[in-house]
Amino acid sequence: MVGVISVATIGWFVFQEGLPAFKEAGIVNLVLGREWLPPALYGIFPMIVSTLISTAGAVVIGVPIAILTAVFLAELAPKWLADIVRPAVELLAGIPSVVYGFFGLVIIVPAIETLFNIPAGNTILAGIIVLAIMILPTVITISETSLRALPPVYKEGALALGASHIYSIFKVLVPAARSGIFTGVALGIARAIGETMAIIMVMGNAPAMPGSILEPARTLTANIAMEMSYATGIHSSALYSTGIVLLVFIVLLNASLLYLNRTRSY
Amino acid sequence: MKKVIGLLTAVGLMASPQVLAGTVTVSGSTSVAHVMEVLAENYQNVSNKNVEVQSTGSSAGIRAAKDGTSMIGMSSRNVKQSELSSDTKEIVIARDGIAAAVNNANPVKNLTQEQISKIYRGEIKNWSEVGGESRPIVVVTRENGSGTRGAFEEIMKLQRTINGHKVTAIIPTAQVGNGNGMIKTIVANNPYAIGYISLGSVDDSLRAIDVDGVAATDDNIAAGDYQIARPFIVLMDKNAPSTAQDFIEYIMSADGQGIVASEGYIRVQ
Repeated sequence: MVGVISVATIGWFVFQEGLPAFKEAGIVNLVLGREWLPPALYGIFPMIVSTLISTAGAVVIGVPIAILTAVFLAELAPKWLADIVRPAVELLAGIPSVVYGFFGLVIIVPAIETLFNIPAGNTILAGIIVLAIMILPTVITISETSLRALPPVYKEGALALGASHIYSIFKVLVPAARSGIFTGVALGIARAIGETMAIIMVMGNAPAMPGSILEPARTLTANIAMEMSYATGIHSSALYSTGIVLLVFIVLLNASLLYLNRTRSY
Repeated sequence: MKKVIGLLTAVGLMASPQVLAGTVTVSGSTSVAHVMEVLAENYQNVSNKNVEVQSTGSSAGIRAAKDGTSMIGMSSRNVKQSELSSDTKEIVIARDGIAAAVNNANPVKNLTQEQISKIYRGEIKNWSEVGGESRPIVVVTRENGSGTRGAFEEIMKLQRTINGHKVTAIIPTAQVGNGNGMIKTIVANNPYAIGYISLGSVDDSLRAIDVDGVAATDDNIAAGDYQIARPFIVLMDKNAPSTAQDFIEYIMSADGQGIVASEGYIRVQ
């Protein structure tokens, strides 16, 4: 009840505040415009691209590691080792994002500078690495839970048919736990899209269209957080429209999750 | 239904302004907040009255003073007439230089205003063009709407006009940091970076460069030789409570101005 009211209120509020910017700048100029120059031009396309790239990069790096860790914890690790790894993963979820940001700023950013010999390490790549670490606990925990929730007959049946342990894990158990794993990945993506503090600290926040992942960029959330306190009038409204775009992203994400989980093939 | 009523009551309580009578609320520019916090602390010691300082940025501070959400607003840039109501008083409490700052490892000691302007426009891209090593310049700037950025753009003529609006001419690929602290961290960690911060925030972690051969010092700003300087302004409604007016009087007193000077800003009285 409170949840529904919250979502409705937030949606109504964001749309009400954001509409003046859509009216003033036009939906196309706002969403596809390439220049962010308040108070003249409000193009958030570079930020949409940066958000998508950094999220996709985090998923590509983070999700395989997370799923393999979940499989390891649920099926392969001896109990004593799992008892060490699991609390460590849970601890990772509890670390505040500003700490991740600071870690990224002093460790990852200088490492990228030396590794790629570029003048500034505050790049999309730094953001991707930090985000990949940040989505690990969500994806690992949910995937592991859904692997453990499978009825034991799945594994017993596979082993009885002569499949090896590893084969039965990847061909039977992981596909069977698919919907749970998808949910974990979707929540991980949502976290990556929504992450703000750490990203502001490591990504350089330049509002220009990034040419490669070794250039600074600004995500949608960073745009809102950086300029909210200073914005007035249409500028402030344009930040709410940035919020509308984010909201649309999250709705699309959840919709595709529902779709994927409904069309299970088994 | 009970839940809803409870929720509404809670929201109502949070929304009612200035719950604590006698507390002076101050909000606005992050640069001014730096010295305002020290002033507030000292004022609390001598007067036993509570002062709350929030750093929300110049534009938010001006708005807060105008619509009454704070008793006192702080701004580190000149305030446009359109942003004020006729009842708002502007008081300059201090002056501050903006230092163009580089990493301690950077050999460049002096730049002209024109060179800095060109660096920020993206026309000078390499330190070797201004007498440094042959390495690309990493330009670091504050976010749109920041008072420090506004003042810096105004003084360095980093503005252009699009569709009748004045917008920034700073190259869009410049790194952006929010707050003096973040600019400091970026410049202190990157030997090729150049940023600009409030002179009062300069410490050992980075170095302020001379502009047109003039060092960024208090004396040079007071004498008008160092050009990149701006006023620290507080805004207060004419009908503001006497507690707020007392606090302003304290800031303008010899004690208050002494604190301003010892924090590295330039006194106005």
